[in-house]
Amino acid sequence: MPDITRDEVAHLADLARIDLDDAELDHLAPQLSVILESVASISAVASDDIPPTSHALPLTNVFRDDVVVPCLTPEQALSGAPAVEQQRFAVPRILGDEQ
Amino acid sequence: MSWIRKTAAELADALAAGEVTSVELTQAHLDRIAAVDGAVHAFLHVDAEGALAQAAASDARRAAGAPASALDGVPIAVKDVMVTEGLPTTCGSKILEGWIPPYDATVVTRLREAGLPILGKTNMDEFAMGSSTEHSAYGATHNPWDLDRIPGGSGGGSAAAVAAFEAPLAIGTDTGGSIRQPGAVTGTVGVKPTYGGVSRYGLVALASSLDQAGPVTRTVLDSALLHEIIGGHDPKDSTSVDQPLPALVEAARLGAGGDLSGLRVGVITELSRHEGGQGGWQPGVMTRFQESVDLLVKAGAEVVEVSCPHFVHALAAYYLILPAEASSNLAKFDAMRYGLRVVPEGIDNPSAEDVMRATRDAGFGDEVKRRIILGTYALSSGYYDAYYGQAQKVRTLISRDFEAAFEKADVLVSPTAPTTAFKLGEKLDDPIAMYLNDLATIPANLAGVPGISVPSGLADEDGLPAGIQILAPALADDRLYRVGAALEAALLEQWGGPLLDKAPTLEGGAR
Repeated sequence: MPDITRDEVAHLADLARIDLDDAELDHLAPQLSVILESVASISAVASDDIPPTSHALPLTNVFRDDVVVPCLTPEQALSGAPAVEQQRFAVPRILGDEQ
Repeated sequence: MSWIRKTAAELADALAAGEVTSVELTQAHLDRIAAVDGAVHAFLHVDAEGALAQAAASDARRAAGAPASALDGVPIAVKDVMVTEGLPTTCGSKILEGWIPPYDATVVTRLREAGLPILGKTNMDEFAMGSSTEHSAYGATHNPWDLDRIPGGSGGGSAAAVAAFEAPLAIGTDTGGSIRQPGAVTGTVGVKPTYGGVSRYGLVALASSLDQAGPVTRTVLDSALLHEIIGGHDPKDSTSVDQPLPALVEAARLGAGGDLSGLRVGVITELSRHEGGQGGWQPGVMTRFQESVDLLVKAGAEVVEVSCPHFVHALAAYYLILPAEASSNLAKFDAMRYGLRVVPEGIDNPSAEDVMRATRDAGFGDEVKRRIILGTYALSSGYYDAYYGQAQKVRTLISRDFEAAFEKADVLVSPTAPTTAFKLGEKLDDPIAMYLNDLATIPANLAGVPGISVPSGLADEDGLPAGIQILAPALADDRLYRVGAALEAALLEQWGGPLLDKAPTLEGGAR
């Protein structure tokens, strides 16, 4: 099992959309290494013929009738929004300058 | 004896007999919260006005001869991970500070329909990640047995509220032990129902395949009464079990009779030997556990030893599966639709993505960041098979261990947590030491089987509560209540009263 480097943690934080500053990277990277070491034993436990379990219950798709049921009003749905415009969620720009 | 020290079942009887009103009971608990919660910090939000209005409505229903349920008028506290219309819901995180959900979780809807006044929302580790409540962004909860110690977690607020007599009942959620471990270290009862037995609709998800809500109480019967109100099929949760609940209250009443003749109890070898195992089992916890097993034998049960050889890998599997699911579930906190929005400084015209990154850095605490990054790693191509894929296979092996064990025994037992409550701050920056608290409780979540923690007594070394965990096959939650109630009755006789009578009164204890 590979050790996790500070650069890798920075990359993963980037993928997870979390800005970590240098102090946080210094703090978290060694802890993540220790956690990964402690779970590394798992790779040798199960042989190829063991099926994976993603869910505790043997459930497949659950359907309901295609009928209209009550739902939130626009006012309720927008009630916690940081910014609202014209009954919509107002967000910062989503495109870069070059786009 | 004051009303606050009575069990929920006793309060329900007193309400039915007209000896007290729900308004009086609710006020008594609000007074207790005002007196001791400065020291305990079990609550993040108290809704005195709302609770009293709900209590008045309950009294009106009763006066009209139409109580809504067995617990109509008995107040309750709700873990802050359950959304409540009109009441703040933070999940212990800054990212949801001040958020007021526009709808109720199904559990909350059922509590309201059953007439239980909601006292407030209880403290928790941020997004339920932790075993001590110290990862709450709003400050730790203190254990009523010793205010310098942790109340367990993630549901330390619910357990402490019940242990400190601030509420007769509370709702918890258990993803890897967050109901049962706080129960053990606060001398209270906590139940994790069968996965899918209680609706997850409106429960802010940590790990969707593991999360389960359940009762937090002071007695086994109270848990059964509450479980019957919140449990059962919910079409709004596609993983909800579409079957009627077993007769839980009946099982608790039957068990309290004390006869367990013919019952087979399996002691899990891997979770009941303190020598050579993971985690460092505290001798006093093991002594109380063994005494409890002896009491089950005295009640007529037959004890067999069962081996679950893959349980030693449960912790590793859990800390891959949980972060993987959590990193995905917590992606929704994107600063766009609700919750915190932080605009980064020093960037001209920041993009949505810049805002998202800055918000998630400012809004999430260390433990949440650790787990999101770990989950992102476990799900990365190149590592997926070695980590997440293997963890899912181990999950299969753990379920098979349970299946084999339940062929030899009707219920399984182990200590709930390896130690009694540790000091606040002791394990805060040592994730592995913190994770080991859930060693015994995690296998049940991975397999979806139900479990209860019942107080087993006080450890000799430190005089702090320890717990015994009882596990049953999926959908056989009634067995937890039968065995739990029988053990509780035997222990109460031995102690000469409830264990919590030995806890500090906290009067005048406000800090």
